[in-house]
Amino acid sequence: MKRLQYMLTRVAQGLLALVLIATVNFMLVRAAPGDPVAVIAGEAGASDAQFVAQLRAQFGLDQPVSTQLGRYLGHVLQGDLGFSYRQQQPVVDLILQRLPATLLLTGTAFALSLLFGVTLGALASRRAGKWLDSLITVVALVFYATPLYWLAMMAVLLFSVQLAWLPAFGHMTVGAGYTGWAAVLDTGRHLLLPALTLALFYMAVYARMTRAAMLDVAQMDFVKTARAKGLKPGRILRAHVLRNALLPVVTLAGIQAGGMIGGAVLTETVFAWPGIGRLMFDALLQRDYNLLLGCFLVTAAMAVLFNLLTDLVYTLVDPRIEL
Amino acid sequence: MQRRQLIQLGATGLGVSIAGVPLELLAQDKDAKKGGTLNVLVQPEPPGLMMGLVQNGPTQLISGNIYEGLLRYDDKLNPQPQLASSWTVSPDGKTYTFKLKSGVKWHDGKPFTSADAVFSVDVFLRKTHARLRGSLEALESVKATDPLTLEFKLKYPFGPFLGLFENGTMPMVPRHIYEGTDFATNPANATPIGTGPYKFKEWVKGSYILLEANAAYHVPNLPLIEKVYYHVIPDAAARAAAFESGKIDIAPGGSVEYFDVQRLAKLPGVAVTTKGWEFFSPHSWLWINHRKAPMNNVKFRQALMHAIDREAMAKIAWYGFAKPATGPFNSAIKYASADVPKYPKDMAKAKALLAESGYKGETIRLLPLPYGESWQRQAEMVKQALTQIGIKLELVATDVAGWNQRLNEWDYDLAFTYLYQYGDPALGVARNYTSTNIAKGSPFNNVEGYVNSRVDALFAAGARATDPASRQKAYLEVQKLLVEEVPVAWLHEITFPTLYRAKVKNPVSSGIGLNDSIARASLA
Repeated sequence: MKRLQYMLTRVAQGLLALVLIATVNFMLVRAAPGDPVAVIAGEAGASDAQFVAQLRAQFGLDQPVSTQLGRYLGHVLQGDLGFSYRQQQPVVDLILQRLPATLLLTGTAFALSLLFGVTLGALASRRAGKWLDSLITVVALVFYATPLYWLAMMAVLLFSVQLAWLPAFGHMTVGAGYTGWAAVLDTGRHLLLPALTLALFYMAVYARMTRAAMLDVAQMDFVKTARAKGLKPGRILRAHVLRNALLPVVTLAGIQAGGMIGGAVLTETVFAWPGIGRLMFDALLQRDYNLLLGCFLVTAAMAVLFNLLTDLVYTLVDPRIEL
Repeated sequence: MQRRQLIQLGATGLGVSIAGVPLELLAQDKDAKKGGTLNVLVQPEPPGLMMGLVQNGPTQLISGNIYEGLLRYDDKLNPQPQLASSWTVSPDGKTYTFKLKSGVKWHDGKPFTSADAVFSVDVFLRKTHARLRGSLEALESVKATDPLTLEFKLKYPFGPFLGLFENGTMPMVPRHIYEGTDFATNPANATPIGTGPYKFKEWVKGSYILLEANAAYHVPNLPLIEKVYYHVIPDAAARAAAFESGKIDIAPGGSVEYFDVQRLAKLPGVAVTTKGWEFFSPHSWLWINHRKAPMNNVKFRQALMHAIDREAMAKIAWYGFAKPATGPFNSAIKYASADVPKYPKDMAKAKALLAESGYKGETIRLLPLPYGESWQRQAEMVKQALTQIGIKLELVATDVAGWNQRLNEWDYDLAFTYLYQYGDPALGVARNYTSTNIAKGSPFNNVEGYVNSRVDALFAAGARATDPASRQKAYLEVQKLLVEEVPVAWLHEITFPTLYRAKVKNPVSSGIGLNDSIARASLA
């Protein structure tokens, strides 16, 4: 009961936060120089006063900003994110078209980084001071420090251009018409490079964090007690050390999960992955206000959601934590 | 290709007009293979494919296959039949009569008639196409005298009138779909219907656009290639890698950075051409805001011309794919003359002119064009040159939206730009120098605020004359005058090289290059 009440409060708080975020975003986006009319007029290669006035009226940009904000919030509260000026489609449709690709990419990257990060960290802590530990630490440091963009480009040059093992762009072989397992395999091949480049940074972070936390926990009295009781080392590692060491990793994973969608912008751009990060980036360059705000709102909602989930996961990892 | 050029050269040499003879008959390559799939880059993703509503570069690249104009133009900019099979001009230069091709069908099977043409010009495009609206000021009326005859009546003779009919300037749109609707929000915009050699098939947003050959195309044997994919790849380095990996057959001008063009062109099985930009002839310059001192002083502007080393910029920033501009007319367009005052690089002279110009050491802001590396390098080179003669220069960084807005509002001192010249000074040059074309809200008119009644009069005379000799006379004088006055500092005639795999035959077959349809290209 207490849990349900807690959840409801958190959801209500989250919704309030989203409305505030939408308002602040609206003002921030309008503060940037240039508007969609300037971009469209520029792209058309010609424009005149009539053309500009026509567009402004069409987009409702001839109204005062306060009126526009009121109207926007009103629509958002009814679940309507508006119409994209440039793409001439409802924002909700555009986002829903792109969301699966992004979730697939970031979800895979998230799973890969957690799995390999924690495993490598655990391995390094068990072999602390040995060559394996040094190797993992150095590799993690390199991935931690290398810019994602550069890494992605190098991966394309090596695996796509030089070796021709993996496709250089897109999320499927265009025009191949694969179905069933062939389609899954094809998408998998396209997914590998972007998911890996996106995963490497967090993999490095988790590895370093897990290693440090495990070494820390291994010194504690209850671990010594467990050892003294004669428990097997593997069980001590899993049940006592790792479980306690995972808390900081969970915190960070929650943050990563919340920011995943926005964080995929670079990867999606380099690999021409048709996800929401790129949609957001294009909308920004084109001052496609409604679309940009829609993307912001969806990413913000994800962050709120994952925050809540993280708190729930805490209680699972460590039952002593109360909501 | 060679045969076509030979025949055309022969025809021109004998003074024989080839108007009325379909270009396809001259150009038909009997050995060209049919079928296959072509992969082309498009950058950025077009906002829409309905050519009557949007005419930006990416839209034209794709929609030029779907929509057609009455005419197309060869690389010498001579008009060629497209939807019109022949045309005549009355002796007073005020009536143009077009005979339309019979048997042309829209992609949905409805016949294309002169009623569609009248609707396109007089109703649709007048409402939606700012550039055409400007050019149509000379038009008194347009009438369909029978289903296949179209008659344009002009208020006064307008020399460049025959230059208005390519698909990006005057695309034919289907009346039966648009009449009586709100053009901008018509749901049919998402599934464009034209008369062209390719039909719209599929658009996966953020990924690709697919066109398929129109089996009922009105030119026999065309198109040759069966399917064309336009791939959206947002990052310039990734586009170069995609081309290099062999998955892309054509990288249109501007889709990869110039340093990559040079590198990729050297790969085996890759060809590069700078042809296909004759109609547009992009011309770049430094906009100078005449509304403020010291930019309003002609000596300051001349100092800029002497200080900037356009030769070196062409080599370094543009990797040789640009040539220094000598004045307002691109050498590819009609009536361009090299007989104008020259501004060789001369720092001493630039310093002397600057001293006389009343420049007091104030900071001058330069707004580069946010279109990639070459423009950035060019900005750095201009900064270096102007710093050397003692001008304090600050580079102002913006993105495209910010750039547009600043120019729309005249909020700049110096700025880069390039404009298309559309084959004729009256269509693509005059707009930047005539005082009637000063208006806030557009980055493509007389943004510098230059006013000279003699220049206005000469451009008007050039536009309203129809005989080439009097047009030549007016345009020669205006070129000399402008180069003397330096309303803007001309930089380069830019070329946008097209990279393609050598297995693609004949990718560029007209003066509008890839923006014309790809129907005549084939795969070996």
